[in-house]
Amino acid sequence: MSAHLSYGRVNLNILREAARKELREFLDKCAGSKAIVWDEYLTGPFGLIAQYSLLKEHEVEKMFTLKGGRLPAADVKNIIFFVRPRLELMDIIAENVISEDKMHSPRDFHILFVPRRSMLCEQRLKEQGVLGSFINIDEYILDLIPYDGDLLSMESEGAFRECYLESDQTSLYHTAKGLMTLQALYGTIPQIFGKGECARHVANMMLRMKREFAGSQTQILPVFDSLLLLDRNIDLLTPLATQLTYEGLIDEVYGITNGYAKLPPEKFAAQKKQGEVGKDLPTEPKKMQLNSAEELYAEIRDKNFNAIGAALSKKAKIISAAFEERHNAKTVGEIKQFVSQLPHMQAARSSLANHTSIAELIKDITSEKNSLYSFSFHVQLTTLHSSFIYLFYLYLTRQVTSEAFFDNLTVEQEFMTGVDTDKVNTYIEDCIAQKDPLIKILRLVCMQSVCNNGLKQKILDYYKREILQTYGYEHMLTLNNLEKTGLLKPQTSTRNNYPTIRKTLKLWMEDANEQNPNDISYVYSGYAPLSIRLTQVLARPGWRSIEEVLKMLPGPHFEERQQLPAGLHKKRQQGENRTTLVFFLGGVTYAEVAALRFLSQMEDGGTEYIIATTKLINGTSWIKSLMDRPEAP
Amino acid sequence: MAFITANWNPLGEAFYRKIELYEMGWSLRDGLKECLVAAAPYGGPIENHLHNLKKLTLLQNIYNLQRWKSGPVRQLGWTVCDDLLCIQEDGTVLIYDLFGAFKRHFSMGNEVVQNQVLEAKVFHSPYGTGVAIVTGASRFTLATNIDDLKLRRLPEVPGLQGAPSCWAVLTQDRQTKVLLANRADLYILDNTSCTPVTPPGLSLQSCSIVNMAVSFSYKYLALFTDSGHLWMGSANLKDKLSEVDTKVRTPPKQMVWCRRPKSQQPSVVIMWDRLLLVAGECTDTIQYTLDEESVCVAELDGVRIVGGSRHELLQEVPSACQDIFKIASMAPGALLLEAHKEYEKSSQKADEYLREIKEQSVLGEAVRQCVEAAGYEHEPETQKTLLRAASFGKCFLSNYPPEPFVSMCRDLKVLNSVREYTVGIPLTHTQYKQMTVQVLIDRLVYRKLYPLAIEICRYLKTPEYQGVSRVLKHWACCKVQQKEEPDESIAHAVSVKLGEAAGISYSEIAARAYECGRTELAIKLLEFEPRSGEQVPLLLKMKRSQLALSKAIESGDTDLVYTVVTYLKNEMNRGDFFMTLRNQPVALSLYRQFCKHQEQDTLKDLFNQDDDHQELGNFYVKASYKEKKLEARLSLLQSAVDEYNKAKNEFAAKATEEEMKLLRFQRRLDEEMGEALLGLSLQETLHALLTSNFHKQAEQLYRDFRVPDKRYWWLKLTALAEKDDWEEMEKFAKSKKSPIGYLPFVEVCVKQHNKYEAKKYVSKVTPEQKVKAHLAIGDLEGAAEAAIERRSEGEISTVLSRCSPTTDRALLERLNRARSTAAKK
Repeated sequence: MSAHLSYGRVNLNILREAARKELREFLDKCAGSKAIVWDEYLTGPFGLIAQYSLLKEHEVEKMFTLKGGRLPAADVKNIIFFVRPRLELMDIIAENVISEDKMHSPRDFHILFVPRRSMLCEQRLKEQGVLGSFINIDEYILDLIPYDGDLLSMESEGAFRECYLESDQTSLYHTAKGLMTLQALYGTIPQIFGKGECARHVANMMLRMKREFAGSQTQILPVFDSLLLLDRNIDLLTPLATQLTYEGLIDEVYGITNGYAKLPPEKFAAQKKQGEVGKDLPTEPKKMQLNSAEELYAEIRDKNFNAIGAALSKKAKIISAAFEERHNAKTVGEIKQFVSQLPHMQAARSSLANHTSIAELIKDITSEKNSLYSFSFHVQLTTLHSSFIYLFYLYLTRQVTSEAFFDNLTVEQEFMTGVDTDKVNTYIEDCIAQKDPLIKILRLVCMQSVCNNGLKQKILDYYKREILQTYGYEHMLTLNNLEKTGLLKPQTSTRNNYPTIRKTLKLWMEDANEQNPNDISYVYSGYAPLSIRLTQVLARPGWRSIEEVLKMLPGPHFEERQQLPAGLHKKRQQGENRTTLVFFLGGVTYAEVAALRFLSQMEDGGTEYIIATTKLINGTSWIKSLMDRPEAP
Repeated sequence: MAFITANWNPLGEAFYRKIELYEMGWSLRDGLKECLVAAAPYGGPIENHLHNLKKLTLLQNIYNLQRWKSGPVRQLGWTVCDDLLCIQEDGTVLIYDLFGAFKRHFSMGNEVVQNQVLEAKVFHSPYGTGVAIVTGASRFTLATNIDDLKLRRLPEVPGLQGAPSCWAVLTQDRQTKVLLANRADLYILDNTSCTPVTPPGLSLQSCSIVNMAVSFSYKYLALFTDSGHLWMGSANLKDKLSEVDTKVRTPPKQMVWCRRPKSQQPSVVIMWDRLLLVAGECTDTIQYTLDEESVCVAELDGVRIVGGSRHELLQEVPSACQDIFKIASMAPGALLLEAHKEYEKSSQKADEYLREIKEQSVLGEAVRQCVEAAGYEHEPETQKTLLRAASFGKCFLSNYPPEPFVSMCRDLKVLNSVREYTVGIPLTHTQYKQMTVQVLIDRLVYRKLYPLAIEICRYLKTPEYQGVSRVLKHWACCKVQQKEEPDESIAHAVSVKLGEAAGISYSEIAARAYECGRTELAIKLLEFEPRSGEQVPLLLKMKRSQLALSKAIESGDTDLVYTVVTYLKNEMNRGDFFMTLRNQPVALSLYRQFCKHQEQDTLKDLFNQDDDHQELGNFYVKASYKEKKLEARLSLLQSAVDEYNKAKNEFAAKATEEEMKLLRFQRRLDEEMGEALLGLSLQETLHALLTSNFHKQAEQLYRDFRVPDKRYWWLKLTALAEKDDWEEMEKFAKSKKSPIGYLPFVEVCVKQHNKYEAKKYVSKVTPEQKVKAHLAIGDLEGAAEAAIERRSEGEISTVLSRCSPTTDRALLERLNRARSTAAKK
């Protein structure tokens, strides 16, 4: 279930186990049968820590979703509320408790606050007159959740909005606390680097907390050599661009939440039994967990989508060959060995089939359809015999991306290379006229603004007016939010410094190699994410070389050292890589993660990266989190 | 070494010894006569006695000077925290600390005031220190833990008048019970019932029980009858251990158990005026004469006897000591000790002894015995001799683990230092192990022996925050109570001494200062607290809310900020509250968030106060969507326009005005034509009008709102296509030159599956888009034609990719040829 967490450079399973232990301890505190009432938002993140089986082992018999009114009947001794510390949720809980049938056998109430208990909420429960009804009020400190072998996420959707729009630094406090927990388990991180206001704030809190915990220091050899804190708002451009890695595209097209993607079921129909094709097509979306536990996925997730076809067909050949082995198995010993490998091979085959389906799905969207080849492709899929047909299919479709997708990409790339960013863009105009999805428009307009260091007032007003007239006046508030966060802004007298940044940091690489990449720019087929370039430069040759550019980006940059207890200084072996934890405050995209993994794997890189973030985002989910829709009466 | 056994007295299999611990330094005129004496277990107590004495005299003084306002004291006792309890006749219990300072008081109930306390007992259990009393009405009342006072009045005892002959408090099965004897009858009294019981093997007809004792562990019970018999058995009254006839018929003054863990036999110490008697399983007894008034104190591993001039420990000789010191003992330890003695004398006999031990291969055992015995000895000299012997023996052993020896040396060093008469805690090693270093440190701290406590912590390498820091904190708490010193110097002294010591909670020290009424000092001390979070609650308590707010912000804990903000909101008037927030942007934005979800109106006031017109505008816009009535909505939007104008946001003001204009227009149309346009965007309105054939009105809107031509053309085009109004579309296409070109015409028609109509526009498409247009209608030939004509390699490839290798062979060849020529150029 969680083995993949321990394969990486840093064994993140320790963190997961610590979290599970704490959960078990809390559940055991409430003796007897229990029902959990869930704050719906928490179920996803909790899924990454513990499955239902764990809860069941600790006598959790029922689970409900938190909602007003009376609690559903359940013959249990304990009712436990798993909630975030939010006032509105407290009101619902109070309603639940008050309407509890007193005549019925009494049930014990407990609250578990995630990630932290709150005086404000307890005060509210007191005002509602129900605080005394709770036997246990506890907190479950769940800040950083192990998401994959090298990836931690706080799964805090609103973090960017709270920090940069509403100046609510709650999530930063949780971040600092989470990093303290991490240090308690993996040792003090000797060096902290950072760029941006929020990064500074988090670092300050960490240093302060360290002073507070002085004396209870853990004697653990540090696992991480350094921590890099990056504000999302120093690099607003990257999430706006369309991710072009396999995983990134799955996220762009279908969205990945809490490690799961929901995919349209049609393509997966044929897989189960070859004879029953078309009999019962599943109608529920197929939910797939995507992480490095799946060998094939781990191999291809970070490749540019254009390299996926080759990778898949190569894999198909290997698997076919492996199955062919059975003809060569003559002796009983050989047959036995073949049979022993069967489960693994079958798993690999089904994994391959799944990803071929997904790749095809995405191609449907990014490329023009061709039913003929699609059909022959399908045959190949089910039988896995003539993989060359599939190759042929890919060869043809590779060049022909669907027009809409291609045009969109072209405009993005024009902006990123600084072409005509100071004019009204006709493609955007046309998209508005055809009423394409609003978020797509916003992504493009914001991108143009970011790449031009703000738009001329006239152009900005024109776009805004077009958007309001087409999509409705209510988006006034959303536009205002985008301006507040700096995603959209009028150009001030200062000159456009984006080209300087682009040139100094080599953000655009003309000859990005998608098949055998030699630079991180492959993840956006040419554009190298700014955030990752900063990380790369920090490792070598150091930020001193780019002082000028750093000054152009918002917020301070800094370096702090944390004193290690005597005797815990790491002696590095010759050629041993450094381990850096990169924390993205306000979210990170899968493409950025891919780029960091690419840097980790570079032979002469010298640094391996573990990635942490408040939330995995993409342009769409990110813009969505910044939108405000006034509620109709 | 012979003299070691000089004070040993045999009793059955075991020996008992009485060791003098201290000579008492108190000067009581009449010894302990007429005094109430209380001593607490775990050695701590005797020392207590010394102080106790001070306190007793103190109390006596108070008593004598008639400043003792309340009634007479019935019983004294010590709590687990070394506080003195004085139980008075009227049921009031007064608590004093070790230095005689009054701490607090509580009462054992109203009923007691009338009936008076006849007798009282202080007892210890896992729940803490408890108090039990019996009143003039022969009723018992219990408090199991004086720190969490819950009085329990026990049921009536049938036939009991006045006080019982004797009684004791028992803790069994997590329940506290009273065992009492009323002449010959024995009862167990618990919360709900009073049960008569009979101890097995004791004939009660002939005699009555005059005294009883419960062992330290509550496991054993001893009863003394007026016939002079002593019955010993288990406290649950199931087993009998033995019965001894003491031949003394006077009721004893005191009776206590004298056991040690792993004791060879249970025994009881009984005290009369001049006689001390030890009785065990056998019929023999040991008798000591007492030359002065004394008190017995039961311990975990013996009995302490406190007299006017002496303080002694009576205990069973531990088996390790017995083995080593018993005359003519051949135990390994005894031999090793002998060997070492000879070795010191440089005699070859040492080798003989050693050889003997080694032949039996019991050298390890010998070392172990010596180490263990050292722990039981009180004389440092004897300890040293034993330890030296052990260390000598160790030399001849390989792989003997060093830990027991080392830790015993450490323990003894600590024990000897606290046994020192100036400290006066005569702890035995067994007691020390049972009560742990932590508790020992606490005890030293209660006695204000801070330097010694710190020395011990450092010596034992106790982690700082459990050891030194804790002691320093207590020191500081004590320091802040020194009324005569000024705030400045106390704060300075505290900060200098505590410095950066790990894990110091300055807020606790500050809280103590505040309790003593020294608010200023408390604030000064809080400055040193590294955990801002800890500072906040106390600051709020001290009404330093502004400071609390900035500390909360410093901590980064937003929940804490919210807490202070809510507090401020209730404390201050609105104006001041807003002003405070204004100076604290972090708090202000958090409060705004709070208001956004909870108090919309306050939010408006906040924006108003800050003259934040932009946000006010947004606020009105949001509010307008909540209104059902159009007029109300329009008036809110008008307010928004005003605010946006004030904010100099021309665009927003104008856009809002346009929205109002649109809303009015939509209402008019809805009324006139019965459409349902209200609330739609301009684009949607236009689309609705065009599809419903209200071309004139659409035209008007297009002009009024200055819709760009391009967008209007797109709009009209799609609307017409959706209606399949091909005729109108053709007219539209010819009305003037299309600002969006003619490719959209083709595409829109194809989208509506009308290739026939689409074809009409292909010819009008610009050359650059020709290929696309042909492809859109599925005309491969045409596309190929156009592509070849334009000699564009890319376009040719695009067409190529659409050709099927089977059906379009000829075309494929042609295109491939064209591509190669294009490529050559």
